[in-house]
Amino acid sequence: MRGAGSSLSPRSLFSRLCQGDEIARLITLLFAASVVLIALAIVYQLWVDSALSRHRFGLHFLVTSVWDPVFEQFGALPFIYGTLLTSAVALLLAVPLGIGAAIFLAELAPQRISAVCTFFIELLAAVPSVIYGLLGVFVLVPLMRQDVQPFLKNTLGFLPLFSGPAYGVGFLTAGIVLALMILPFIISVSREVLLSVPRDQREAALALGSTRWESTWRVVVPFARTGIFGSIFLALARALGETMAVTMVIGNTPQIAASLFAPGYTIAAVIANEFTEATSDLYLHALIELGLVLFLLTFILNGMARLLILLTERKGAEVRA
Amino acid sequence: MSAATRLLFSVPAGPLSGATGRAMSSEQPMRMNISKLNFFYGEKQVLFDISLGVTSARLTALIGPSGCGKSTLLRTLNRMHETIRNARLDGEITLDGESIFVQDVTQFRRRIGMVFQKPNPFPKSIFDNVAYGPRINGTSRPLSELVEASLRRAALWDEVKDQLHKSAYELSGGQQQRLCIARALAVEPEVLLLDEPCSALDPISTAKIEELLVQLKSSCTIVIVTHNMQQAARVSDFTAFLLNGSLIEFSPTPQLFTTPVDSRTEAYITGRFG
Amino acid sequence: MMTSRRNPRLLWRKSLSAVMLSLTGVCAVVAVSVLFLILGYLVLHGGRSVNWDFFTKLPAPVGELGGGMANAILGSAKLLALASLIGVPIGLLGGVYLAEFGGRGAGFIVRYAADLLNGTPSIVIGIFAYALLVLPFKHFSTFSGAFALGIMMVPITLRSTEEFLRAVPLNLREGALALGASKSRAILTVVLPAAYRGILTAVLLALARVAGETAPLLFTAFSNRFWSPGWNQPTASLPVMIYTYAVSPYDDWHRQAWAAGLLLLGLVLVINVVARLVLLRGAAGRRS
Repeated sequence: MRGAGSSLSPRSLFSRLCQGDEIARLITLLFAASVVLIALAIVYQLWVDSALSRHRFGLHFLVTSVWDPVFEQFGALPFIYGTLLTSAVALLLAVPLGIGAAIFLAELAPQRISAVCTFFIELLAAVPSVIYGLLGVFVLVPLMRQDVQPFLKNTLGFLPLFSGPAYGVGFLTAGIVLALMILPFIISVSREVLLSVPRDQREAALALGSTRWESTWRVVVPFARTGIFGSIFLALARALGETMAVTMVIGNTPQIAASLFAPGYTIAAVIANEFTEATSDLYLHALIELGLVLFLLTFILNGMARLLILLTERKGAEVRA
Repeated sequence: MSAATRLLFSVPAGPLSGATGRAMSSEQPMRMNISKLNFFYGEKQVLFDISLGVTSARLTALIGPSGCGKSTLLRTLNRMHETIRNARLDGEITLDGESIFVQDVTQFRRRIGMVFQKPNPFPKSIFDNVAYGPRINGTSRPLSELVEASLRRAALWDEVKDQLHKSAYELSGGQQQRLCIARALAVEPEVLLLDEPCSALDPISTAKIEELLVQLKSSCTIVIVTHNMQQAARVSDFTAFLLNGSLIEFSPTPQLFTTPVDSRTEAYITGRFG
Repeated sequence: MMTSRRNPRLLWRKSLSAVMLSLTGVCAVVAVSVLFLILGYLVLHGGRSVNWDFFTKLPAPVGELGGGMANAILGSAKLLALASLIGVPIGLLGGVYLAEFGGRGAGFIVRYAADLLNGTPSIVIGIFAYALLVLPFKHFSTFSGAFALGIMMVPITLRSTEEFLRAVPLNLREGALALGASKSRAILTVVLPAAYRGILTAVLLALARVAGETAPLLFTAFSNRFWSPGWNQPTASLPVMIYTYAVSPYDDWHRQAWAAGLLLLGLVLVINVVARLVLLRGAAGRRS
């Protein structure tokens, strides 16, 4: 290091010293900024490359149910309907199952068993969508066609929900596959939230003469409800964007039908199937506009989920304080 | 013991001071009796051969340095230790002469109330907190009447009567603790256990709770764990001093604080350790 | 007292408790068994088809029996390698910025952007890569596919790098600085090595996640029945092959789809387990 009496001015000496740090800071800043750039670019691109479709159809796009590439009439309603319906079915199945499993793992199971089960469930979350699709096509669809759907028709066939021919593919099958896919997320997040509930909440309930179930269901779970809702929103956001497993079992028919047995379509599935076949610019832009709708939906849901989970953490902290 | 020490503990002159322990305890029956209690967490023994009686309609304090086992002992009284996996208990505990272990635990816990160290109201309204116990256990009295009575007993009614539907978390710490007392009282327990109920509270709230405990004890037997000796001296009728899991001394409060029998008791209460 | 009376309400409450708690156990069993069911079916149907041919042969012409997925396996390997080259540096260096240099405002924005990317459906990422790298050049390419996958690796890598760097104790950093190291030197030689296990785990998990992604590849890397030399041509990949073969009408293709599924899932699970072991071994090492 040069002495104080060096011929260099203090400022350039200072800058020399920090040179390494300054470069490092700039380089890493550049890479961090590129993340923001990519995110912005995605939004920008979705907006710009759907322009033709947005200008042609405006907001009617969201409520029109005609999807006719030949006559260039595009409406998103069947896909929005399919996306929401399959997600709703998935939630209806996965939420009770998931919360139940989370309660078991957080409240009842001994530590070792809980850890092992959680490990397997986290592995389940890593299973790729196309593998679920594979099993869906070769295992679930035949099962639905031969056993489950006829059974439902025989018992509940008077309801419009379970009417119509049973092909095996359709909204219900897609909903079931989605349920299995989002199950691990609900379980792992809910389990963590339940574990973070202060012990003396449960003990206070037990001390008042509650049964194990009463203390769990009436005190511990309500305490954790914000976080559990957060996990549900997260799971829903995932379900909305799932492509492969859904397109392999839903039947890929753009229609709005009351029956769960009917084949349908989701936003992600139609993009996957028709993107490379889009013969005109308007067609392509319509598909990209669907992508924009999907993006907005998941964006809002993820935002709400993060807010809820943040609120849970804050509530836990303030009760503890 | 010197007069100075007696002043330190403001032992009240009155019917309790000066009387011998034995004469005192024969006036009132034993509500609960602990007999030769040994307690283990797995292989580790934490309570050694404890025997003491909890007098009905009186307040019994458990004192001792941290880690001496007083909270552990308290929690055996409502079988709370059973929620811990490798906790083991040897010996006998009775309530009104009947062993507490032969009864159904859910039903039994209704008869013993517990208030915890940090206020822990449920994430519900004030009303629903107090009503929780009666609701699940079933009650013949109308809920609103029961809730009001419990809140009055806990000296909280006047402060919250217009806000019964507000969240319990909007109350101050001291109020939350009194809410927890009201919640415990709502199931009309025979014995009330309190585990250092004021340690997380400010002096004013502490004073309020001590006052209400003194009023409460005639209708409800109370056992309190406290690390605050002055508190024990102020509110309790009987005091048990525990050290390292053993019961060193158990006497009427004035006697323990003015003329302790064991040298270790004297050392603790004069602040030489703990 | 109530002790000697048989209380019907209490009986009901206790039975309800027992029933409901057993049900939760059933739920947990169902959840865990899904994984084993999936593995079971894959092994059952695909086990015998994962043979030498599968690894070494190109796909047979449509309708003919036999053939393998050598090109898809190589294609996936190329895609993942390039994706890592794109995604890991961005995530890693971005994470270094957030943990070591970042201000509060900038940090919030970057983290928010990363979360946004993480929550974006993979098919939308595919659309982006298509618009950026396929449309202008008018052909599908390995590069565009790798780009899409690389973007998906960024959020996990970024957040984890930041988290593990922040977890490095202050006294370690100060020790390096006290010895005269500049901040960047300290980061490079002390902090990063201290956090390497966590970062490695994150990279592996990110890799496992994109290894199974199909949707973004459908219109970027597309597919190829032959080898794909270089980076500028469409390429076959394992996930896309599984999809194509599974929805086809040919039984032999179905058989191969099972085999490919077994291979893919095996790969993904092994990476996941290894990643977790790396993390656990690290934690145990620190404790001992």
